Amino acid sequence: MTELQLTDAGPGTPAPLLSIDDLHVDIASRDRTVHALDGVSLDLVPGEALGIVGESGCGKTMTALSVLGLLPPGGTVTGGRILFDGQDLAAASAPTLQDVRGNTVGMVFQDPLTSLNPTMTIGAQVAEPLLLHRAGIGRKEAWARAEEMLRLVGMPQPAERMKNYPHQLSGGMRQRVAIAMALVCEPKLLIADEPTTALDVTTQHQILELIDNLRQTLGMAMILVTHDLGVIANRVDRVAVMYAGKVAEQSDVRGLFARPRHRYTEALFAALPERAADRGTELHTIPGLPPSLTVRPTGCRFAPRCSFATQECREREPELELSVEPSVEPEWGLVGAAPAAAGQDAEAAKASPPSGHRFACFHPVPYGDAPAEQVVTPPPATATEPGEVLLELDALVKEFPLSGGPFARRRGTVSAVGGVSLSVRRGETYGMVGESGCGKTTLGRIVAGLEEPTAGTVRFDGRDLSGLSRAERRAHRRRIQLMFQDSTAAMDPRMRVGEILREPLVIQGVGSRAERERLTAELLDAVGLPRGAVHRYPHEFSGGQRQRLGLARALTLAPDLVVADEPVSALDVSVQAQILNLMRELQRERGLTYLFISHDLAVIRHLADTVGVMYLGRLVESGPAEQVYAHPLHPYTRGLLDTVNVPDPAAASGGEREPLRGETPSAAQPPSGCRFRTRCPFAAEVCATTEPPVSTPNAAGHQVACHFPLAAPRLASAV
Amino acid sequence: MTTTTAPHTVPGHEEAAQATPSLARRTLQVFTGNKLALTGVVLLVLLLAFSYLGPLLYDTEQTHTDLSQANLSPGTDGHLLGTTDLGYDMVGRLMVAGRTSLEIGLAAGLLATLFGTVYGAVSGYFGGWVDAAMMRITDAALAIPAMFLLVVVAAIITPSKGVLILIIAAVAWLSPARLVRGEALSLRNREYVQAMRMMGGGGARAVFKHIVPNAIGTVIVNCTFQIADAILYVSYLAFLGLSIPPPSADWGSMLSAGITYTQNGYWWLIFPPGIAIVLVVAAFNFIGDGLRDAFEVRLRK
Repeated sequence: MTELQLTDAGPGTPAPLLSIDDLHVDIASRDRTVHALDGVSLDLVPGEALGIVGESGCGKTMTALSVLGLLPPGGTVTGGRILFDGQDLAAASAPTLQDVRGNTVGMVFQDPLTSLNPTMTIGAQVAEPLLLHRAGIGRKEAWARAEEMLRLVGMPQPAERMKNYPHQLSGGMRQRVAIAMALVCEPKLLIADEPTTALDVTTQHQILELIDNLRQTLGMAMILVTHDLGVIANRVDRVAVMYAGKVAEQSDVRGLFARPRHRYTEALFAALPERAADRGTELHTIPGLPPSLTVRPTGCRFAPRCSFATQECREREPELELSVEPSVEPEWGLVGAAPAAAGQDAEAAKASPPSGHRFACFHPVPYGDAPAEQVVTPPPATATEPGEVLLELDALVKEFPLSGGPFARRRGTVSAVGGVSLSVRRGETYGMVGESGCGKTTLGRIVAGLEEPTAGTVRFDGRDLSGLSRAERRAHRRRIQLMFQDSTAAMDPRMRVGEILREPLVIQGVGSRAERERLTAELLDAVGLPRGAVHRYPHEFSGGQRQRLGLARALTLAPDLVVADEPVSALDVSVQAQILNLMRELQRERGLTYLFISHDLAVIRHLADTVGVMYLGRLVESGPAEQVYAHPLHPYTRGLLDTVNVPDPAAASGGEREPLRGETPSAAQPPSGCRFRTRCPFAAEVCATTEPPVSTPNAAGHQVACHFPLAAPRLASAV
Repeated sequence: MTTTTAPHTVPGHEEAAQATPSLARRTLQVFTGNKLALTGVVLLVLLLAFSYLGPLLYDTEQTHTDLSQANLSPGTDGHLLGTTDLGYDMVGRLMVAGRTSLEIGLAAGLLATLFGTVYGAVSGYFGGWVDAAMMRITDAALAIPAMFLLVVVAAIITPSKGVLILIIAAVAWLSPARLVRGEALSLRNREYVQAMRMMGGGGARAVFKHIVPNAIGTVIVNCTFQIADAILYVSYLAFLGLSIPPPSADWGSMLSAGITYTQNGYWWLIFPPGIAIVLVVAAFNFIGDGLRDAFEVRLRK
């Protein structure tokens, strides 16, 4: 294995900075041992960016953590080497590893809140690695360098910020601090484990851009671990796709996205909502779950979920092999000649070893095939013609008091929803998008009846909900149900699934015991779970299965409207596709109306008939999905569309994109007039003084609240 | 709702059909794996058997005093642990006194836990003004020294078993109330409680179906400590001479009586009740610790 890699690395390429060779990692817990990594080999040359992608639990984070010797309790390296700069980190002593961490290898974690110490100032934390690793450096110099680093990561007024504590910064700014900490010793390698997963699209874009720029200026190598194919497509030179503790496929990024060879990679791409032909198409799914890895599977690890698996796949394990198709050459030529890839890209291509395109599959995607062909399913795209208005919000306002309890004085209000009017028709899917803190969740909770609006009315099926009596309201509850983002939290851990599913019926006093049980069984059938599931507890299910249960419970009372609050954002792509398909199928069967709340523009586009875009408590744009995406009228909508990471390296580099800059202001002091004006490239004086009126400059039904709606139709977004 | 589509088999979900043992059974499994906790259970069972079954095997006169037999040292005239200052057989006396101590301790501990749990759950779940008012009441009650309260009340009323149970429970409910209130404050914001509200469920269902069952670990663990404390309270009161009047006895009053003769070297009047108190309190504490561990691992896979 090693020999082979070294030879085809060729003579002209630089020696790898990091060379992981046949790495095995076991994680032992109370009663079992998980073989988390089973023969992972990766190379990284100086200055190169390597992306590691895969579903959760496939070992991508373990690979990154093992480089720094930061495995979780019970984790041990049981075989293989991690050569970094000529040193085997797998066998290194604790002091050696301590010297490497934060010094020659920097690390950025997912959650900037927990990776910073809340009791230390920013300055002290950024300066800390210097004081630890640079013997000759004094406090003063370390602080000066820390300040310099903060300026480099784009922190405004770094000198003042040095004295701040983490809680005084926004999430994006905290992640900048975490990056500054990782980079202050000028490491040769930066390991970023899902560095932007906890952040909003616009912040995410800014952070990734920052990491990119810093990598160029400091000339360091990077390992970017993420589940997000969009992030990978735009930020790395090479990609390793991991599955069940092994590398399934490895290639340069363009080659991988243009021509995936492993069936797993192909299936992952096909599950992306971005790749679905149009809204009528069912998404491709990957059935089942990744293996648990407590026993080493025989044969190909993906075989049980692969539709191309044969007897051979189940018996023998495929090795990583070089893709030998003759068309490799023109493919490479094409990459080099790509005009959009500026000088840096070509340089990176030169610097990276011609590692080629490797994959471990007996029945790879043939070269002639178009990647991820679409199979259009026959059932009709839209089930029912959108009918009469089912839900109508009129000038809805929700303000939360800022105070410390019933006796404390009120310190102001947070304007979560600042006057939203919209209508949802029966049988349609209304998709609500926006960044976190824009008020979309609060809006959903008001519709679901979990919050009372401060002002404005909610009309459901023609009746004003605020006028209902207590008993009427109780009966009304069953007509609107909420599907939660995290079904684990939304189910009582002490109840079995059967009891959980029956609870709504018990509360509403529907049916006899036998009828309730029959209904429960039917619901489990409808969401594709076995009836025996009623005897289990929620924590015994996987994330996707729990989301199926969540949907089943929401449907128990046969509601007219289901408010789905980010129902798929915690799921892997393959599972997300299953849930989206299921929701669509049930909508068709039962004539459901969805209010679908999400930050994910691609998911909304795939599912929604009508789209609403919220910004800081205001609905800035709404209209038919195709129109909003093809011809956004509000600068914010357009900025959002431009900011999204498209999982296609070719699309990302083409065309001018104007990603959103800056940060969302606090909802406690929203800007006067148009709330978006502080970040808007077209803001004028009138925007600060007057609230923008709602107009329909494009077509009836396509509303925008902007003084200067965008006129020029633009090319269809790639989302 | 008509019969929906035929069950479509979604591959990969087959294992989801298997029933799994109940949470209670798994909790029990972990508990029985804990040696110290089992020791506690054995100790408690032995003490209960000693107090309730003992008199059947070892019958002694425990109503009428016999001063001619007073303060005999252990082994004399068939008295295994000697006799008390009033001539009762020491072993038999321990049995009778144990009944009182255990009964009052268990009843007061359970009563305090029951009331405190509901009080705390209601206060925490409803929050706001309800919570503020209910918690100020507990704060006020906590500000009065428990011992002082017990002494005053016991001095005014002639204590009987029932009265003692009520008095001790009246002091002891405060700590489970505050504990459960803290749990309820976080539990009421859980999404499954909100989901229940979505279905139209009310406060009673939330408190008794979701809040209390999910706080049960804390409640049960605290209950064992409450029982241990209650047994100690009985002993304190008895030691101060404020317990149920003779010929009844409990371990605390035996201790109190024995102290008088410390200078005479009558050790058998002091050690047996003292050790009994230590054993029973330790047993409940071991059980409590074991239960805490069992409830903690319960939801881990």
